[in-house]
Amino acid sequence: MPVFYERRQLVTPGDLLAENDYLASENTYKENGKIYATRVGLVNYEDKRVYVVALKSFYAPMVGDTVIGRVVEVTLGGWVIDIRAPYLAMLRASDALERPFKPQKDDLPSIFDVGDMLIAKIVAYDRTRDPLLTVLERGLGKITRGQIIEVTPTKIPRVIGKQGSMISTLKQETGCQITIGQNGRILISGKSPEDERLAVMAIRKIEQEAHTSGLTDRVTEMLKKEKGEKEVVQNVAEETRKTN
Amino acid sequence: MFKTSRKKPEKLIDENDVRLDGRKLNEMRPVKIEVGVLGNADGSAYIEQGKNKILAAVYGPKEVHPKHLALPDRAVLRCRYHMAPFSVEERKSPAPSRRELELSKVIRESLEPSIFTEYYPRTSIDLFIEVLQADGGTRCAGITVASVALADAGIPMRDLVSACAAGKVEGRLVLDLTDVEDKGGEADMPLAYMPNVNSITLLQMDGMLTGEEFEQVINLALDGCKQSGLTQKEALRSKYVTAKEAEAEKEEAGEE
Amino acid sequence: MSSTMTSRVRQKRISQLISRGKRLDGRELTDYREVQVEAGLIERAEGSARVRLGKTEVLVGVKFEMGEPFPDTPNEGVLTVNAELVPLASPTFEPGPPDENSIELARIVDRGIRESKTIATEELCIEPGKKVFVVFVDVYVLNHDGNLIDASCLAALAALLNTKMFNYEVKEGEVKIKPGYKPLPIRNYPVAVTLAKINDKLVVDPGLEEEQVMDARLTITVEKDGKICAVQKGGYGYFSAQQVFEASKIAQQKAEEQRKLVVRE
Repeated sequence: MPVFYERRQLVTPGDLLAENDYLASENTYKENGKIYATRVGLVNYEDKRVYVVALKSFYAPMVGDTVIGRVVEVTLGGWVIDIRAPYLAMLRASDALERPFKPQKDDLPSIFDVGDMLIAKIVAYDRTRDPLLTVLERGLGKITRGQIIEVTPTKIPRVIGKQGSMISTLKQETGCQITIGQNGRILISGKSPEDERLAVMAIRKIEQEAHTSGLTDRVTEMLKKEKGEKEVVQNVAEETRKTN
Repeated sequence: MFKTSRKKPEKLIDENDVRLDGRKLNEMRPVKIEVGVLGNADGSAYIEQGKNKILAAVYGPKEVHPKHLALPDRAVLRCRYHMAPFSVEERKSPAPSRRELELSKVIRESLEPSIFTEYYPRTSIDLFIEVLQADGGTRCAGITVASVALADAGIPMRDLVSACAAGKVEGRLVLDLTDVEDKGGEADMPLAYMPNVNSITLLQMDGMLTGEEFEQVINLALDGCKQSGLTQKEALRSKYVTAKEAEAEKEEAGEE
Repeated sequence: MSSTMTSRVRQKRISQLISRGKRLDGRELTDYREVQVEAGLIERAEGSARVRLGKTEVLVGVKFEMGEPFPDTPNEGVLTVNAELVPLASPTFEPGPPDENSIELARIVDRGIRESKTIATEELCIEPGKKVFVVFVDVYVLNHDGNLIDASCLAALAALLNTKMFNYEVKEGEVKIKPGYKPLPIRNYPVAVTLAKINDKLVVDPGLEEEQVMDARLTITVEKDGKICAVQKGGYGYFSAQQVFEASKIAQQKAEEQRKLVVRE
């Protein structure tokens, strides 16, 4: 069962990763018993699976995903949403209103207008049509506060961490509300801009070092250090005020 | 207006089989590729091969406009090969020439077999190749750099496509012809190759070759393609090596 | 799309037959369809010819003009090839400026003639460096039933062989026409052979339906001494190096056969 690379080695499209017994997983394909990479990334072998963690890819919509999108158009029966994917998504009025849609009464732009950001869920998607969204569940709807940052979709699992370990750490250490869109957009809403800034810093660090181990600890450490420094600065400022 | 009839060089290859630019018969021009050079494009790359300077940019996959051009079962690849007016000796009009239109078509046909277009039905992948400076073999260098740009955009591919031209100049079979060698030589054959599937995706020839010479020139060009392929992979790797180096340092320093 | 789109069932049939070495119309894999050549039908043109390759029909007209030579060939005439996929030839042809298909077709025909030095362009010089004859070869596709390339190249060759130039003399910088004609000086007879790859097999002279099923096509133009003077791969698929070598050998052989239909020895 020959494999041709070590774990976490960088491969490019067309690189031969393994032969025969292996199963071709993400970002690979099998032809004539040989498994090749389809994207630039880090190759990994797990049991009998070969896969590549792509360094850059775009979001591939999946039913059930939570996504953060931007309204780009208001149509007769709903809205067109940009979810940073090769396809635009659709939100029908019936998936946004809790009661039946009445075209004469309901003014769609007053509910969501072009430029609004939404948290939504993908309810349907197949090869023949664009993804269909809903905002009718808890936690979904228009975003009114906080900031949104974009990361490469492949790094999202790392921001969440094993069983949510990373994102819990982030929420705890920064005190911010963090909503993750599988499509590579993250909403951060904190009590103060400094708290939000901490969260952004942490997420950027995760993005850069996603392929390393011990990341959760290092992120925790970094956040504690940043907060500690902030406290020291505040204390010094208070001291200075007191003495003056 | 500079309409000088350039004096053709006396000889393109000397008695010791050394070419005008000092190369051996089967030697390629030095190639340098940079990845991710443009901020707005989804993927981009830049190549310098001899005096050739070519930029490639990829946008997509994204919704097709106009909609009626969309294919129900796969992405449509659109390609524009274009030469800047200042790229050649005598200023070229910016309007697309017949040559550019033909090259746009054959370049598109050389890259499409490498892309998993069936993964993205009803979308388009737009590829732009801009020749900033030309010195022979621009369609091959264009294909080589375009393939890297597609990889940079994260578009899933079967393999990288590498291209190189070979031909016959003053009776000798040579690799990677410059403009003056192409104009003064007996044959020029651009070729693009996908090693994994052992497939030739672009093949053109103009000139005169016997059947045996034809086979020899193809093998020579395939050799050049393999060399281009190594340069492509190296370029893609080195874009991320800096990130990896940083990681390695941190692991050594901070990993408790 | 178009009404000429072959149904999936039929496409499968074509594909299956070919893997067994047979074609829908009963031809062998390396057989051409029946060819009819008629020359001289357009009297207003200096030369003309129509080729019917199966149901594909192409008309080529040759016209002369006088013009300036190119700076790097001051004593040679100029060749210009243009192709039109006229809308009446197929439901898929739209009126408008030349698209990439007609441009590719013109350039392939051009390459075959130019690289094989078919026209003795040195004999088309009127006044060195100032005035030469410009030969316009216009390819007019009248019916598209597959393999426009081979039909167009054959028609272009037949038209050039049919072309007559008026006798002239240059007096005080002016061209004076004298009575009588002479044939356009022709030195070579390039023939294009196109092969399609279907189910990993090479098929000569693909018909329209075969073109819809094929992975890719390879055109190899062979001149009178068996040398290859132009090659063009087209379509979204690919060929292995072995297949290219095989195709070149088939092309050399078929070109010799096809040439006899146009060139009377």
